Amino acid sequence: MKFTEEHEWLRVEGDEIVVGITIHAAEQLGDVVFVELPEEGTTVSKDDEVVVIESVKAASDILAPIDGEITEVNSTLSDNPGAVNDDPQGEAWFFKMTASDPSQMDEFMDEAAYQAYIA
Amino acid sequence: MGALLKTPLFELHGRLEAKMVPFAGYEMPVQYPMGVMKEHLHARTRAGLFDVSHMGQVILSGPSWEAVAIAFEALVPMDVLGLADGRQRYGFFTNPAGGIEDDLMFARRGDALFVVINAACKEADIALMRAGLPAEISLQVLDDRALLALQGPVAGSVIGTLDPKAGEMRFMDVADLSLSGHTVWASRSGYTGEDGFEMSVPADEAEALARRLVNDADVAPIGLGARDSLRLEAGLCLYGNDIDATTDPVSAGLVWAMQKVRRPGGDRAGGFPGADRIFDLLARGPQRKRVGLRPLGRAPMRDGVALFATEDASEPVGAITSGGFGPTVGAPVAMGYVMADLSQPGQALWGEVRGKRMGVEVVSLPFVQANFKR
Repeated sequence: MKFTEEHEWLRVEGDEIVVGITIHAAEQLGDVVFVELPEEGTTVSKDDEVVVIESVKAASDILAPIDGEITEVNSTLSDNPGAVNDDPQGEAWFFKMTASDPSQMDEFMDEAAYQAYIA
Repeated sequence: MGALLKTPLFELHGRLEAKMVPFAGYEMPVQYPMGVMKEHLHARTRAGLFDVSHMGQVILSGPSWEAVAIAFEALVPMDVLGLADGRQRYGFFTNPAGGIEDDLMFARRGDALFVVINAACKEADIALMRAGLPAEISLQVLDDRALLALQGPVAGSVIGTLDPKAGEMRFMDVADLSLSGHTVWASRSGYTGEDGFEMSVPADEAEALARRLVNDADVAPIGLGARDSLRLEAGLCLYGNDIDATTDPVSAGLVWAMQKVRRPGGDRAGGFPGADRIFDLLARGPQRKRVGLRPLGRAPMRDGVALFATEDASEPVGAITSGGFGPTVGAPVAMGYVMADLSQPGQALWGEVRGKRMGVEVVSLPFVQANFKR
């Protein structure tokens, strides 16, 4: 698993990359009450706003970590946004995407580096 | 901006692992480890303890109750003179344009008036009172007192166990209670729509009292996050969002707080700042009105969201002034101002969130029925 400075995690699964937010990010957000997901098939560029998360406190965005195409979204989050708090690094992934330039993955942190980053 | 002020409960918040944020010049708890959602639900079902010591507490006294009451009536459009000893009222300071300078609670304690004002407004309010009150009225700022609120359906039994006299208090009564050796000035009121008490206590006794209360199995500490969602569900205004110096009490739907004796035809009609403007609005009806709003989707609509009459209208017909997720309602809730002809419950409108128009319905307030001890 790789981690971004925006507190996303990325897990490579075959040709796809699964994206979610970290436990640390979920704790900071507080109780999530709404998740707006992108359309499957959308072409995205790194840093595009692709997901909106609303907690009881505020709205925040998830940015596309790399260039590519959204291939699948976790539509269960629309009905059960609280899963983002319950299992952010497991069941509550947000979307899967393909990478147009896999080398963009190289810049991300491993778990030890991420833990040091948030410490 | 200078250093943030701390309330007498600052160390206790730390021990309770609160997340602290700057608010109105104070370092205040926004939430505890329980989180906003569970804190909110706890206050609706059991009881929650709030530190509201950042609010201003002022005593006005003078040669007689009548002198104090009549002097204060020059600043607010409320019936102060008719307030019985041991009773409290909601009120607001008006300005010459008919706008609201701050909203407040005032209570009669013998011949004196005890006034609680918003933290962000307290310096301006104190200046306004000093300038507007005659020399015979003295104003004492009680910055040596803390203010705690215990709110929720079991608040009455928690406080009543400590002092049975609390059981005799009804909504908006005030009385001195003795709680575990601490004498507090209690009012049976609050800012959640629930039964409960606000308690003014000497600053150096606040932590001991708060610890005693929070040690009760039914009581959890509640931060500013849940305080906001509780008051929003209760349909109560947040000064600075839902009312301010440019909003008048008629548009804001607060005419109920202006007793008949101060309205046109009353024995002491007018005589407060902006009375002509406010009476004119009362006669003609306001152009826009504060309403409850229910977003039809799951996305919260927060303050600043523009409201439109149709999905493609170009001119907004209103805006949201407070909005978020209502944990008890289980859905997004909001309030805001809309043109008067679109303010009836059931009116369909559109709110624009992130460039998209989404349905929202005008509803009557509150979202959650009040649970006061009448």
